[in-house]
Amino acid sequence: MDALLLQLLNGLDKGGAYALIALGLTLVFGTLGVVNFGHGALFMLGAFCAVVMQKILTLSEKVKDESVTFFDAYKEVPYLETWFGETGTMIIDWSVPISLFLVIPFMMLVGWALERGLIKHFYKRTHAEQILVTFGLAIVLQEIIKANFGANPIPTPAPDIVAGSANVGSWFGMGDNLVYPWWRLIYFIFSMIVIFIAFAFLKFTTFGMVVRAGMQDRDTVSMLGINIERRFTIVFGLAAVIAGLAGAMYAPTLPPDYHMGMDFLVLSFIVVVVGGMGSLPGAVLAGFLLGILQSFASMNEVKSILPGIDQIIIYLIAVVVLLVRPRGLMGRKGVMED
Amino acid sequence: MKLKLTQSRRDFMKTSSGIALAGAAPMFFMKNAWAEKDFVNNPGDGKSVTLGFNVPQTGAYADEGADELRAYKLAVKHLNGEGDGGMMNTFKPSSLKGNGVLGKKVEYVTGDTQTKSDAARSSAKRMVEKDGALMITGGSSSGVAVAVQAYCQEAGVLFMAGLTHSNDTTGKDKRRYGFRHFFNTEMSGAALGPVLEKEMGKDRVAYHLTADYNWGWSQEGSIKKYSEELGWKTQAAVRTPLGAGDFSQYITPVLNSGADVLVLNHYGKDMVNSLTQAVQFGLRDKQANGKDFQIVVPLFSRLMAQGAGENIKGIYGTTNWNWSLEDEGSAAFVKSFGAEYGFPPSQAAHTCYVQTLLYANACEMAGTFYPPEVIKALEGFEFDGMGNGATEYRAEDHQCFKDVLVVQGNDNPSSQFDLLKVVQEVPRAQVEYPADMLGGELGPYEKS
Repeated sequence: MDALLLQLLNGLDKGGAYALIALGLTLVFGTLGVVNFGHGALFMLGAFCAVVMQKILTLSEKVKDESVTFFDAYKEVPYLETWFGETGTMIIDWSVPISLFLVIPFMMLVGWALERGLIKHFYKRTHAEQILVTFGLAIVLQEIIKANFGANPIPTPAPDIVAGSANVGSWFGMGDNLVYPWWRLIYFIFSMIVIFIAFAFLKFTTFGMVVRAGMQDRDTVSMLGINIERRFTIVFGLAAVIAGLAGAMYAPTLPPDYHMGMDFLVLSFIVVVVGGMGSLPGAVLAGFLLGILQSFASMNEVKSILPGIDQIIIYLIAVVVLLVRPRGLMGRKGVMED
Repeated sequence: MKLKLTQSRRDFMKTSSGIALAGAAPMFFMKNAWAEKDFVNNPGDGKSVTLGFNVPQTGAYADEGADELRAYKLAVKHLNGEGDGGMMNTFKPSSLKGNGVLGKKVEYVTGDTQTKSDAARSSAKRMVEKDGALMITGGSSSGVAVAVQAYCQEAGVLFMAGLTHSNDTTGKDKRRYGFRHFFNTEMSGAALGPVLEKEMGKDRVAYHLTADYNWGWSQEGSIKKYSEELGWKTQAAVRTPLGAGDFSQYITPVLNSGADVLVLNHYGKDMVNSLTQAVQFGLRDKQANGKDFQIVVPLFSRLMAQGAGENIKGIYGTTNWNWSLEDEGSAAFVKSFGAEYGFPPSQAAHTCYVQTLLYANACEMAGTFYPPEVIKALEGFEFDGMGNGATEYRAEDHQCFKDVLVVQGNDNPSSQFDLLKVVQEVPRAQVEYPADMLGGELGPYEKS
């Protein structure tokens, strides 16, 4: 029972990341009609915002390292610690949550620049061309990050207070064996909050209403005198912010490296396809569903019956869903069917 | 006067023998001159020789590749008589003179392996066929090493492997033209076993998470073999896909499995991620079967340890070499590398630097660049002063045998580089194994 609950928690946590990335992908596809293969790179950029914030907060003076005697080595003492002592150390410790304040404006700016500078020129081109150009964009972003931060993962720890594990079992009177990392629980809650805010924004604001109308029928909305293009630029920025937030908060779980976006991209596309192209609730539902199924498929008991199932389960589900419901779980009629 | 035009048979024999002896005389003063014949990229009368440094410049191991390249550049500098000489001053017996190799200046070309076998083979081929590389060296992956080694055997060019840890490189895939200075998974297991017994006891239950490819299987096999010899039980050995990223679904079953040791047969990014996540799940601080739960990472690297940050503290593993060693060879190399680049070298840098010097020295010993003679000079060569104590390039499989380091993540690092603490320098005799144990055939000396 404990093992099942642990895998359920794993699935929710993993599904949170899938859902956030897939939500942004679906938003861009549903509004702009662009298949954005650069979306994983935006997730990676968000994670590197956490790295940058950590570097900013640990800006240091170089002090000769007396413990290294073979050659002249220097160690770095952060200014924050020199100036503020323990308070400075605490601020550095909270660098990941603090980085969210950097993620929102930075990713909005990145999203705006990409949409105006590149993506808008490909609205009327074929999906194959869109995929090629956005995939190229992802490679460029990756290489920029690698040139500046190297290829190795960079440790970006969570604040000390949430670095350990929560005794989830004791909360529900199930003993002490059911423990789960605090940060992963926080990530799941965080992903739910972001998804809720994104849905509320689209559902209850005038801007959101126009965007939803644009997703349904772009030409009619334009004929009503609404500058739908400008709103779509903001939507691209919004998708970039969601991917960035997902990436930054994922940094303590997966030390960021330049390639992390690609690792999530393919899975997220499958999430979008399973959920239904252009369906926001479908993307979220499929994200959690696939995350949970992937976790259950990794259990030793399952793998002893079906060896290797953990590595193909997502693709298997995609095949089954597309056979039974060709438009995905919550897909709309007419999307990508022309 | 009548001229005597006829020669006696005795005179003829004397004259012809004298001519033959005079003609052959220079050969006696030129070592191995009998074997000198044309070969791939023979520098002939040229003033320089070109070496090919095939390292990962892109991809997941680009940082290790960059460190390997730094070491190669330093080795070239030292071979050409520039800089402080580094380990050339401590290496013995040495035929190196600091005037290049056999009087020819050492130059180099570089290739990018991308940590992909096909790309590595292509770049090696390009360096041999277009750039005139006389020897290929480098790499940070066993898959790459095996592929490039096979190509070098076909091409008749020596391959001095960089970082490659799988048994296969000098086991079932060994080649006459390939040489490995780095240790292997068998040696890691043999070195780690007694230390694990001392630190953790004989009554342990291990759970393996293993990267699902050649090196991971090799590492898992060695650790299982040596830990089970101690009396440990293996609870499970679970294969994880290479580059899995999130290992949570593989780590959670460990929590209540009854195991009290987690062995992470992962390297590179996988190691960083799986170790980080295992610590997040509380495994380092957990109690199981009435004992402290332990995590073991059989192959440690300082560059990877940097990625894992605080999570490596207290974790046991093995390494080929560490910059904190205080023997004169290590000290000379660290001083030279540190002065050049401002930080100490990694184990990948060390093995690459050593391999370059060993190749150059073998050419000097052989008195020629002709590969079969250089190979013979390397086979069975015993040396010291290169940071691992007395070392031998075993003739039968081209594997270097030397002391192996068992290390532990440092709880109280004295500097930013002091990530690994050397727990024990395991003597060479303890990690040696019969030459035929891992199979394979070296193949012919002459290019076929």
